[in-house]
Amino acid sequence: MSDIQAMPTPVVADKQDLQFWMKEDHHPENGTLLGFWIYLMSDCLIFACLFATYGVLGRSYAGGPSGADLFELPLVAINTTMLLLSSITYGFAVLEMQKNRRGTMMAWLIVTGLFGATFLGIELYEFANLIHEGAGPQRSAFLSSFFTLVGTHGLHVTFGIIWLVTLMVQVTQRGLSPENMRRLSCLSLFWHFLDVVWIGVFTFVYLMGVLR
Amino acid sequence: MSTASELPHGGAAGDADVDTRHVHGHGHDEAHVHGHGPGGAAHGSFKGYMTGFLLSVVLTGIPFWLVMGKVFQDHQTTTLIVLAFAIVQILVHMVYFLHLNTSSEGGWNMLALIFTMVLVVITLSGSLWVMYHMNANMMPMSPQDMRNMP
Repeated sequence: MSDIQAMPTPVVADKQDLQFWMKEDHHPENGTLLGFWIYLMSDCLIFACLFATYGVLGRSYAGGPSGADLFELPLVAINTTMLLLSSITYGFAVLEMQKNRRGTMMAWLIVTGLFGATFLGIELYEFANLIHEGAGPQRSAFLSSFFTLVGTHGLHVTFGIIWLVTLMVQVTQRGLSPENMRRLSCLSLFWHFLDVVWIGVFTFVYLMGVLR
Repeated sequence: MSTASELPHGGAAGDADVDTRHVHGHGHDEAHVHGHGPGGAAHGSFKGYMTGFLLSVVLTGIPFWLVMGKVFQDHQTTTLIVLAFAIVQILVHMVYFLHLNTSSEGGWNMLALIFTMVLVVITLSGSLWVMYHMNANMMPMSPQDMRNMP
């Protein structure tokens, strides 16, 4: 192959010392993660539109309650912690996957799923509280955009958990095959991406909502 | 190619932990799928994840403390600081959790990200700017009037 060059070393005594390097990327055939990344970027645009909507409508209270009246920051802080912890535990799962340790990887995945479920539970509790107080999505443009943005994020987390459980079943059935590792890597991107979006949510919606 | 052990290439530059993982044998094509997702999830190390996590804890804690503790009287100051922390934290997540760098997948990851960021900035700033001026030029209306709207 013309794209591989041997190092110009005169000593060829040991084959182990021979080193090669390629001029181009060394895994050109693995397009899945690039494709998934581009999906995430399109998802990013969806969230950008929802953030823009919230930014425009976020002060249209229609005489109803504002963010400062409604948001409970301690709850949001706990929620943020849950999501951040689930991010790092997924990272640990990926590290275990690379070392081919299936048992510990599954344990970290379960922990990740539990943190994610806790996050969802707290968010649903918050939503139920808001709706119970009469601050449902139909109350004002502010609340409509709030529920759409935060709800879409919550929906992503829900599907992330479903995907996580599916992959855990698949790993149980077929082991850590290359396909399953690729899928786990995709979910890793998805999961960390959701955490990135959440940074925008808690800053732009909750913290700045309370400041207004 | 079957006996080649390649030079570390494409990983996070200068990260020693990552490099060792690259040198596993590329004996067969299956090995490509192992571990290194291009720009993907697989280039991480324990140290990298912990660094990202601790930075995130600090970068999340400070904004919450600023807002909940009402550290600054001036809301605008707090808003700007909080936004700055968010941007830094997003970058931290990109580097330490999403393992983004300029060489992953031949730079296409980064290119897609930059393109997306341009679109995001246009969407956000454009919407806010235009709609703010639209609002400012609308007929003023009190909440009382608003409540009686159909």
